[in-house]
Amino acid sequence: MDVILFLIFAIIAVVCGINVVVQTHPISSALSLIGVMGSLAVLYLLLGAEFIAMAQIIVYAGAIMVLFIFVIMLLNAGAEAKRGRSLMAQLLGMPLLVAFLALVSYFIQRLYPSTTLVQFGAFKGGTAQNVGRALFTQYLLPFEVTSVLILIAILGAIVLARKELE
Amino acid sequence: MNGVPLTWYLILSAVLFSLGIAGFLFRKNIITVFMSIELMLNAVNLTFVAFSFQLKQVNGHLFAFFVMVVAAAEAAVGLAIILTVFKNLSTLNIDEVNSMKN
Repeated sequence: MDVILFLIFAIIAVVCGINVVVQTHPISSALSLIGVMGSLAVLYLLLGAEFIAMAQIIVYAGAIMVLFIFVIMLLNAGAEAKRGRSLMAQLLGMPLLVAFLALVSYFIQRLYPSTTLVQFGAFKGGTAQNVGRALFTQYLLPFEVTSVLILIAILGAIVLARKELE
Repeated sequence: MNGVPLTWYLILSAVLFSLGIAGFLFRKNIITVFMSIELMLNAVNLTFVAFSFQLKQVNGHLFAFFVMVVAAAEAAVGLAIILTVFKNLSTLNIDEVNSMKN
């Protein structure tokens, strides 16, 4: 059952990820990205991360992607011209990308031989209670710094998107 | 087989990260480039949560949580920058945004 669920949602995630890259219209890319995020949330649940799965749905698929789609509609962005980036990027980028992926996969296989089996329910430490306790004791300082970061981001967004810079 | 090897999760994460790099390198629309960055951040989050499972600790979840917070802040600022670029240059093609080059 674990394997079937993992395969289904991994395939959905990869197909939607490819769709993000190959679609020419930004709205199609954004909807595919929501598909990736939803299937990743299910994978988080399989890994026992309940809180992160819910935060993924609410923050990423909810808030951030709505912001993206809002901006796409605001700017009335159409499909981009078919011509890709410079020939150099295409010629060099693709082989380097494949080499990167092969190298990372090789290292993963060598470093982590398949001894750990991920079973649903084997790790129950990802509930909101556990995450909250760690967040407000061990990680209290980073949490507070995060609030300052959010404040700066809000101010920056307001300043940047203001009507006119005199 | 009862259970999925951890390496499958890590390789899925690597594949998603590579797709993000591909979108970043080969796309010209500034919004799609930005979405590719979000895809890469998601792939890294999956790695954090997978290692958190292996180590049976909650720390990885917190790192994933902080990555989400930073991604939200980055999305707000980045989309404001995109709005400003479009207002000033009337284009979303990143090849035409080269005023600092000359």
